[in-house]
Formats: sequence, structure tokens, C-alpha cells
Amino acid sequence: MWSLSEARAGAVAVAPMLIGVVPFGLVAGAAPVAGGLGGWAALGLSTIVFAGASQLAAAEVLASGGSALAAVLVAWTINLRMVLYSASLGPYLRHERLPRRLGAAYLLTDQAYALSIARWAGGGNPEARLSFYLGGAVVLWVAWQAATIAGVLLGGAVPEDVPLDFAVPLVFLVLLVPLVTTRPAVAAAVIGGAGAVAAAELGAGPLSIVVGAALGIAAGAVVDALGERAGRRPGRTGP
Amino acid sequence: MWLAIVVSGAGTYAMRASFLAAAHRLAHVPPGVARLLRQIPPAALAALVVPALVRPEGQLHLLQPRLFAGVVAALVAWRTRNVGVTLVVGMVMLVALEAVWG
Repeated sequence: MWSLSEARAGAVAVAPMLIGVVPFGLVAGAAPVAGGLGGWAALGLSTIVFAGASQLAAAEVLASGGSALAAVLVAWTINLRMVLYSASLGPYLRHERLPRRLGAAYLLTDQAYALSIARWAGGGNPEARLSFYLGGAVVLWVAWQAATIAGVLLGGAVPEDVPLDFAVPLVFLVLLVPLVTTRPAVAAAVIGGAGAVAAAELGAGPLSIVVGAALGIAAGAVVDALGERAGRRPGRTGP
Repeated sequence: MWLAIVVSGAGTYAMRASFLAAAHRLAHVPPGVARLLRQIPPAALAALVVPALVRPEGQLHLLQPRLFAGVVAALVAWRTRNVGVTLVVGMVMLVALEAVWG
């Protein structure tokens, strides 16, 4: 059952994210052209891969004469976190038919995941979940393709002195803050963040996000289990 | 080049689809698995956000504008829960701090 109002709510929720996404998309369009791969490669990456950081990394490998295998491995590594997002969203959409879930999967991004999990964890009608997700994810997809095309045509015409890239972590911060109200969530966030930094410092490169997230998940689960054993209700413990 | 692009995309799609495709088999998520799934949002979001604040140039660096602007933005996010207000305060803080820092 589609809900137009939920789709609109998803589109509204994703709108502030475009401040960070559009400049990133311009770079995703401009970088493959600058690297000599051409505009069609930029569009191919944006439509087929549709995952910003991995597009830039793969384009860089190819432009610097690296092998196709190296480009594929770096892209896959950066996108491993999508498995976590898929696992996290899966139970919320299990009532939807397979073709719809497979369509939703193509549009899965950091942004679509973060918005949807924040919305769905708060309750609401399960039948309206996919409408909210698609409302946000489709707007994001269109903006990404438009920004890629603009980047191909214009080059990286992003104003240097306005740090628009900072909008990306800021938006995730807004979604993160309300989550860290329970002890397990605090442990997951602290260890997840510190783990990602430590992994990056130790040279994990594109793997560092997923390594940090895995460490954070383990830490949160341990704290959750200990809290349960101590007789408190899970997810309701205060600091 | 096109082979690399298509294979990168196919693998990425497989990762995105993995558990979404299998979701209908999860009639009842075992409690241990549910416990792990609950930790994904805070762990994954922190793993995206924290490195952006403390290693903006690709190495650990704490005394720089992005960490300070990020902390202020986190306080604003906590008080307001508002994306627009947090974005404006965070961006203005960063631009101001970068100007002061020189």
C-alpha cells in the first residue's frame, strides 16, 4: 500500500542532505572526466554503482592505470557496510514482496538507510515504511544523477572556500545523537567511532568504516547482554 | 573499464540486496540476532561521523576546526533534534573557526 504523504515526508527528510550530496555528485561527475575516463564512465559509475566514495576510488584506480580487478576490489571494500544496512532494514520490510525489496535495495545508500531506520524505529504503520524510504531514496537518486551530469559538463565547479562536504557528517550526526540514549547504544557509538578511527590510523583504508562498525556492534551487543543479565530491560537502561 | 564498472556495481548491488532479499525468511528474528541488529544504527553512523571529525585530512588531528564545529553541532542536534538548525550552526561554526584559525 503506497502512502503519498509518507513518500513526501521521506522527500522532505532527505532535502537537507542534498546540501552535502550535490557537491559530492559534482565531484563524482568531474573526477572521471579529469582522469581521462570520460563522461560516460562517470554516468555509468553513478547509475550502476551509485555509491559516491566507491565511485571516486574506482575511478582513481582506473585513471591511474590500475587493473579492473583492483578497481572492483576497492569499490566492494568501501561498500561492504551496505550488508549491515541491508541486515538492519530487512526485518522492517519483510512483509513487502520480493520485487519491491529488490528495487529498494538498488536505492540503498548511507542517507536512505539513516533516515529510514530513524523513522521506522520510532514506530508508525509498517505498510507505509517503503513509501517513506522510496520518497527519500528516489529524490536522492535523481539529485545524484543530475549532479553527476552537471559535474561532467561543468567540471568540478564547487566553491573551494565553502566547506559543503562538512554537511555530510553533520546530517549523520543529527541522526546519531537521538540514538545514543541507552548504554548499549553509547557503547556501540563510542567503539564504532573510535574503532573506525583506529582502523584508519592502522592503515585499514577503505575497510575502516566497516571494521569500526563491526567493533561497535560487538561492543553494543556485549553491553546489552550484560544489562539483560543484570535484570534490567534491554534498551531501557539509563546511564 | 566497463567491465570494472559493471562488476563493481553488481557486487555492490548484491551487498545491498543480501538481507533485504532474504527478509521474508526471517519470520522470527532470534533474540541474539535482534540484539546485534539493534546495534547497527549507532555503530555504523558513528563509524561514518567520527573519522570525518577527527581525521579530516586523512590522519588523526584533534586541534582543528572540524572537531570543534562538530562538537557544537552535536550539542545543537541534541537540544533541537533539527537537521536544518544543526546544519546552519555547524557550517557557520566551521567557516568562522577556519577564518580564525588562519
